[in-house]
Formats: sequence, C-alpha cells, structure tokens
Amino acid sequence: MIEFVGVTKTYDGGAPAVDNFSLRLAPRRITALVGSSGCGKTTLLRMINRMVDPTVGRVEIDGEDIAGRRPVGLRRGIGYVPQDSGLLPHRRVIDNISVVPLLNGATRAAARLRASELMAVVGLDPALAHRYPAQLSGGQRQRVAVARALAGNPNILLMDEPFGAVDPIVRADLQQETLRLQHELRKTIVLVTHDIDEAFLLGDEVVVLRPGAQVAQHGTPADILADPADSFVAAFIGSARGKRRLTISAQRSVDGADRVVVDAGGYPVGVIAAPEGRLPVADPTPRSRGAQVVG
Amino acid sequence: MSWLLDNFTLVTELALQHARLSAVPIVVGLLASISLGWLAHRVRAARLIVLTSFSLIFTVPSLALFVLLPLVLNTRVLDERNVIAAMSLYAIATMLRGAVDGFDHLSPGVTRSATALGYSPTGLFWKVQLPLAGPVLLANLRVVSASTVSLVSVGALIGKGGLGYLFTNGFQRNHPTEIVVGIVAVLLLALSFDVVLVLVGRAALPWIRNLGGTSPT
Ligand SMILES: Nc1ncnc2c1ncn2[C@@H]1O[C@H](COP(=O)(O)OP(=O)(O)O)[C@@H](O)[C@H]1O
Ligand SMILES: [Mg+2]
Repeated sequence: MIEFVGVTKTYDGGAPAVDNFSLRLAPRRITALVGSSGCGKTTLLRMINRMVDPTVGRVEIDGEDIAGRRPVGLRRGIGYVPQDSGLLPHRRVIDNISVVPLLNGATRAAARLRASELMAVVGLDPALAHRYPAQLSGGQRQRVAVARALAGNPNILLMDEPFGAVDPIVRADLQQETLRLQHELRKTIVLVTHDIDEAFLLGDEVVVLRPGAQVAQHGTPADILADPADSFVAAFIGSARGKRRLTISAQRSVDGADRVVVDAGGYPVGVIAAPEGRLPVADPTPRSRGAQVVG
Repeated sequence: MSWLLDNFTLVTELALQHARLSAVPIVVGLLASISLGWLAHRVRAARLIVLTSFSLIFTVPSLALFVLLPLVLNTRVLDERNVIAAMSLYAIATMLRGAVDGFDHLSPGVTRSATALGYSPTGLFWKVQLPLAGPVLLANLRVVSASTVSLVSVGALIGKGGLGYLFTNGFQRNHPTEIVVGIVAVLLLALSFDVVLVLVGRAALPWIRNLGGTSPT
C-alpha cells in the first residue's frame, strides 16, 4: 500500500509544486490522479519511485518510509510508463522489455523468454520483437512501454499520462487493454492524467487535484459524478457546463425500445435501452474493472 | 611510377610508422574526450577549465610543442613519443567540445525513464548514455582521424613523421614524384582509417541505420 504523509515538494525556491499532500492509495486498484497541467501530478508520481524526494513529509510503501530504501533497488520493483514511452532508442523491442529482468539478475535467455511472454500479454505482434522503437507506431511504443514496466513483475505500476500522445482511437484501445490487464494482474496502479474521462474510465478511485496538488475531491467516479465536492470539481468534471447532467429526450426511436439522451445544452450524447418504455437499472461497477473477480 | 617501385619498401615502412603515430593519438583522443567530456558535462566548474585549456592548445604551433614536450615529458628531442603526445593533445582539443555537446544533448526523457527502470548511475552511463552519444562521438572521431593522419607529417621536421619524410626529403632533393607519392599515400592512409571507423561504428551502433528504416504499421 502506498501512502503520502504530509508531503511537500518545493523546487529551488519556487512556490511548492506539492503542498502538504496526504493520501492513502487503495492497494490493487487503479487510482487516477487528475488535474490541470502543472498542478503537481508528475511530481507526486515521481515521489513514489524516488525520482523526486519530498522536501517535507514522507512516502510510505507497506508502512515503510521509502527514504530509507536504495533508489535503484526500489525502482526495479516499480513499473513506470511515461507519456513518451521512454524506450531506449538503441535497443530492439525485445531488449527494451528485457531490461528490468536483466537488472534483477535474470539470465539473458530467461529475460528474453519473459519479454516474449509480455509481448503477448500486451497484444504485440511477435514479429515486432526485433524492431527498434523508431520503427514502431506511437500506440505500439506505448504497448512496449507497458510490457517493459510489467517485466519485473512489480506490485506497483506508475503511469504518467500514458496514452496522452496517441490518437483517440488508439487511446481508447489502449485504455480497454489496460482494464483487461488490470482485471488479470491486480496491480496497485497510480495513473496520472489531465483527461477527466480517462480518469473516470480507468480509475477505481479518482483524486481531483488543484494546483499545488491540493485534493479537491477523492472518491469513486460514481461518487464524484453524483456529488461534486464544490464548484471547482463541478467545473472540472464538466457538470457545470451541463455535459454530465443528462436528460431523456422526448424523441423515441422507431421501434420504441431506445430513448435518446441529451445533455443540459440539448445536445444528444447517446441512447439508453428502454425495453417497452421502461428504463433499466445498472450496478455502477464496470465489469471490466472486476471489483468482484468472476470465474 | 618507377620511383615508387624502387622505393616500395621505404614507402611501406614509412606508411606503417605513420599509421602507428596516428593510431595511438586517435585512440587517446577518443578515450580522453569521453572521460574529460563527461566530467565537463557533469561538473560545472570542470567544464570551463577543461574546455578553455584545450582550446588554448590550438594556439600553440605544433613545432613549438615538439620543442616544449621533451622538457615536460623528459624525453629526447628526437623521440617519437613527442609526436604521439603532441598529436594526442591536438586530438583531444579537436574532439572534446563535440563530446561535451554529445553528452549535453542526450534526451532527458530517455535518461529519466532509464533511471526509473532502475539503472545504477554507472550502468546508465555504460548502457545508455555512452551508446546514445555514440553517433556524435563517431562523427567527431572521424574528423580527428583525418586531421591526425595529415598532421603527423609535421613530425618529419624532427625526423619522426612517417610519410612526412617523403615531403621533406622530396623538397630537399627537388624531387616532385616523391612528394606526390607522399601526398597520395597520406590520403590513402586517411581514407583507410575512415573506412575502419565507419565499419566499427556500424557494428557498434547498429540502430542508427534502422532509424526510420521500415515504416511503422
Ligand atoms: N524539475 C523541476 N524543476 C523545477 N520546477 C519543476 C520541476 N518539475 C516540475 N516543476 C514545477 O512544479 C510544478 C508541478 O509540475 P508537475 O508535477 O510536472 O505537474 P503536472 O504533472 O501536473 O503537469 C509546475 O509548476 C512545474 O513547473
Ligand atoms: Mg505531468
């Protein structure tokens, strides 16, 4: 379990990037840290693997202050996926994924075997194994980055706007893939994003941040949507603009089984199944997140 | 042509000496530029001192170096080590700035994510930063190689200049053929050094050829 205890980070003399931040992250769940650019998300994330050390306060993993851990050893046990994939341009795909197993002392053969397995896990064509990163598409690079982060079999996965640089179709694909992987792997994932829709889609828990990493609200997507803590959160999640406040339009489909849903501005945003004119009721726990593991 | 045939053994011997006098400074230049360049890249105070002192070396004429070095190295004036030392200093002076630039311009994103993987600082240098600076280092090394091979001829003025002997001797004997043979031989030697460097570079830096090679699917 990851816990921030009264953490402040000040970069040379400026205003604090993170100001007295405390948070306990749910183990084996995806926590999405969401906020505008510059609000301190990346700084928070990097404090978990000691790429950045707090100026004040401490970060604990399983109750232990990580300031006492050797950074190199700590990092080998934590997966990290940056926005730009961060792949080593001089290493082939297979060798990029092999890095952490090799650093952890695996033999070359064992590391390669592990890397091939992971390529399959993240849905990469084995034919790409011997390409260099420059020979991949953006989406493929991010998949390699995810595979590489998983290769050391870490309990914790840090993802910093991992799908921010790919086009919307590929992004949607990678998001679904992430949910599928998490359903199987059950890691403690900390995902940083400025995209509230991504936070609601991927986060079991969502933390909405203001500048200085001030927690504006922390809860499940359903909690936050149902009860925005204040006008800042309401504006951030778009309910102030009426984007999240939906109504069923008077218009019916031809067979009468679907109803069109519109936002507060009157723009259609989707349809809702209403067999025989009655609205169904659903459990607000997405199956893909698998709060209850089935089978 | 007949002059070359008659003196083939001499020319071969001079060429071998020339190759030896050039190769050592090129290797020394590479190793020293990597270490001093890294130091200058990492330590702000070292940067100014190292870069300034080596750019000053260029202002010392090579002949003056040949006179000064025996005093410093405690060698005899006609020792070929003087030539090697002088050429090494020029090699470092030629290459150092480029090496520092090469290290300065490494992508911070790649360095950062490699650090996040758990490379130790030493591992990071050998496995990531040095290889990625490789293309810049190679480009600079090729310049050093060409300039060293041509500069070594100056050593003929103190009797240790490899093929440079053909210039001084040809000039004294007023024998243009000998000078032309000397020039061609120096060019060929520089060219073969360059071919070796390119081939070694290709083997050591295989990913460069593949940048943007196959189109992504
Ligand atoms: N290495 C650094 N040196 C100085 N200031 C930094 C550094 N990294 C981040 N900052 C500053 O800290 C604040 C938070 O940055 P960051 O954590 O990157 O935010 P986010 O990821 O939410 O965009 C910003 O004002 C940024 O300019
Ligand atoms: Mg950021």
